[in-house]
Amino acid sequence: MTIDRRSFIATSLAGAFSLSWKLPASAAGPAEVGIWAVIYPDDTVVVRIARSEMGQGTFTGLAQLVADEMDADWSKVRAEYVAPEVNLANKRAWGDMSTGGSRGIRASVDYVRKGGAAAKAMLIQAAAAQWGVPADQCTASASVVTHAGSGKTLRYGEVAAAAAKLPVPSDVTVKKPAEWTIIGKGVKRLDTVEKLSGKQIFAIDVQLPDMLNATIAQCPVFGGKLVSFDAKAVQAMPGVRQVVAVGDNAVAVVADKFYQAKTALAKLPIVWDEAGNGKVSSETIAALLREGLEAKQAGVGLAQGDIDAAFTLAATKMEAVYGTPFLNHATLEPMNCTAKVVGNTVEIWVPSQNGEASMAAAAEAGGVKLSDVKVNKLHLGGGFGRRGQQDYVRQAVLVAKQTGGRPVKLIWTREEDMQHGFYRPIGQAKMSGAMDASGNVVGLRMRIAAPSIVANLIPSALVNGVDKIAFQGMNPDEFGYMAVPNILIDHAIRTTSVPVGFWRGVNVNQNTIFMECFVDEMAHAAKKDPLEFRRAMMGKNPKHLAILNAVAEKAGWGSKLPDGVYRGLAQNCGFGSYVAAVAEVSVSDKGALKILRIVAGTDPGYAVNPDQIDAQVDGSFAYGLSALLYSENTIKDGRVVESNFDTYQVARMADMPRVETILKPSGGFWGGVGEPTIAVAAPAVLNAIFAATGKRIRQLPLKDQDLRRA
Amino acid sequence: MIALNINGQVHQVDVDPETPLLWVIREWVGMTGTKFGCGIAQCGACSVHIDGAVTRSCSVPVGTVGASKIVTIEGLSADGLSHPVQRAWLAHEVPQCGYCQSGQIMAAAALLAQNPKPSDADIDDAMSNICRCGTYNRIRTAIHTASASAS
Repeated sequence: MTIDRRSFIATSLAGAFSLSWKLPASAAGPAEVGIWAVIYPDDTVVVRIARSEMGQGTFTGLAQLVADEMDADWSKVRAEYVAPEVNLANKRAWGDMSTGGSRGIRASVDYVRKGGAAAKAMLIQAAAAQWGVPADQCTASASVVTHAGSGKTLRYGEVAAAAAKLPVPSDVTVKKPAEWTIIGKGVKRLDTVEKLSGKQIFAIDVQLPDMLNATIAQCPVFGGKLVSFDAKAVQAMPGVRQVVAVGDNAVAVVADKFYQAKTALAKLPIVWDEAGNGKVSSETIAALLREGLEAKQAGVGLAQGDIDAAFTLAATKMEAVYGTPFLNHATLEPMNCTAKVVGNTVEIWVPSQNGEASMAAAAEAGGVKLSDVKVNKLHLGGGFGRRGQQDYVRQAVLVAKQTGGRPVKLIWTREEDMQHGFYRPIGQAKMSGAMDASGNVVGLRMRIAAPSIVANLIPSALVNGVDKIAFQGMNPDEFGYMAVPNILIDHAIRTTSVPVGFWRGVNVNQNTIFMECFVDEMAHAAKKDPLEFRRAMMGKNPKHLAILNAVAEKAGWGSKLPDGVYRGLAQNCGFGSYVAAVAEVSVSDKGALKILRIVAGTDPGYAVNPDQIDAQVDGSFAYGLSALLYSENTIKDGRVVESNFDTYQVARMADMPRVETILKPSGGFWGGVGEPTIAVAAPAVLNAIFAATGKRIRQLPLKDQDLRRA
Repeated sequence: MIALNINGQVHQVDVDPETPLLWVIREWVGMTGTKFGCGIAQCGACSVHIDGAVTRSCSVPVGTVGASKIVTIEGLSADGLSHPVQRAWLAHEVPQCGYCQSGQIMAAAALLAQNPKPSDADIDDAMSNICRCGTYNRIRTAIHTASASAS
């Protein structure tokens, strides 16, 4: 592989803009040892990071993987982003930049560790050559190479320049888990300090010479178009520079300051074409989904045994319909992007979950070659899947094309962000269960009716019209109840005008609510303990069972609780990890819910940073409980009703239970961490609510539900 | 012209007095540590201290501030790290994405200034800022740590 070294170093230095550290003042001659590490004479090791940091800790975790294989001194390790254009110019040497699906670590582990191991081999080789000894007589530890025979040592900073001139070996082997010294340790994040002082520059904070600011209004009705606007009505307002059409469905005001643009946009007369979607409502969508529950045609995700025979022969049959709403991601940093278009070049400053997709979107919108785009990636103020989409990037470039070369920062208002998302799909599921006379589950059927994310965003990925992602968490290699002899899980795609997208945890969240609450219903109908009832179906799924048992034990399942406190549990596998949770709740006579304690278990195979896994699992409950308790996007007149955090409430401090995490990496695989446990938050609490009240809640969120005892 | 006392420095700004303090701080003065999250005083990302009281600056017209002393995250401590709340946040690795943390830290600092030994219930009442990453439990722990270290 040939690396364009000049562009590499140039980016390394220029990229300092987006970094939370400062280059050492005295640093002379940083040396690239392989493609993943840049080593300075003072032993500072800068690890290149291709994925995006949005809070999930990947920036630190990936650096740990490289640094461990390098045997670097962790106290001197820093990290910086690889620029997408540098990746492009080097045949994507740093691989995929897409950051989603809890893949940041697990999809990178092989090549980044090999990159670290290669760098170490080169550093040892360089030191051995300087001493005139065989490399295999030398070892490395904490950024120092030692020659066993003589005891001579050289620091990485001393040999990096020579090592950088060596060919990068491709036949390296990575360490065995027992040899890890940095992987598996809860080392401190590399990006904390600047986030405590206000110094962290997010994309929304970017300030460039001569920069203008803009804000945008998109047709409030999904699928609608821009017909006209009356720029004259606002042109004389303070700071206003331009009013411009953006694509075929939006208009932006460009002003000196964002607040001036926002004030003017609010007064801008705009005519929209609703494209016939103005009558879509939550009611019309619910009817569409109900029809989907009964449809003959559906894509199959999991089928085993003879489901019809199982129901024919069953002693007990049960049925229940569950529903979950559309949900906005509500990243706290609203959508924004800064763009500069000069001649046939485009430069953007962007909080993106996929720097390469941002580059492609900027090239397309700018009408320039991919190689004429520069992308400055900045840490994201939340991503949750929303920033994998590039609509705001396209818009920023389309605006910047019209400002005569001046850079423009486009910031969406919260209202725009709330009403123009890529929502978690609304969904309904009809659950059916068949049990024999002893209360054993002999048949399990799940029909999902929902819009399809794949059909909306990547229709080419549909397989014979089937959205495989719709079955997340329920696929044969994920489903925990494979010992049930007869199973059918299928999905009827029902498309609405509301755009749907990947929302942290994606379809695992809804699927786990449907399945784990219904299994709980069956357990109670069979008069069996919900834990024992599940165990009886998990004979073929020992990893699921192990983490379920771990949370049950820590939570003291079956032991006496204080008066008025009740437990519920849930388990699942998603994004390659096995998870389970027990919730303890109380419900007052007036129906006030208090979530007192969560015990959450995760088996991600291997754990790179246990402290950050604890943070992710803890935080995932805030995300999952927001969706359970409050959040809902409803549709009226073809548009989203909720506009801000007053009408779209999310969990706050007072809602947050204590979360006790159990991390049990069982080895042998790499599972994701950022998303899996969200899915068990809601069903564990819902099952505990049933234990407390005898009420089975089947429609989220709880804010609309009466929780007083049945 | 409006004179604003921010972090002990007086800034003269030529701005419509109806403009929210948040945007004056960010766009006219150019200090970006104070964040925009909602614009309607719901999320708390824009929290600053005005004469010591934690205030959501997105909903304060700049013309109403007068000679009050404004402190932003940049002015909480000289080095950006030494306030007990910042030290506790570092010790417990509170931030994930970090976007809400300026506001969370300002809210926590104001709480402790008023109530040096807050109970969990006091923290629930005072800390209503939104964190979408869900760092609430670490925020709670860090506030207790800061409380202990300051006494």
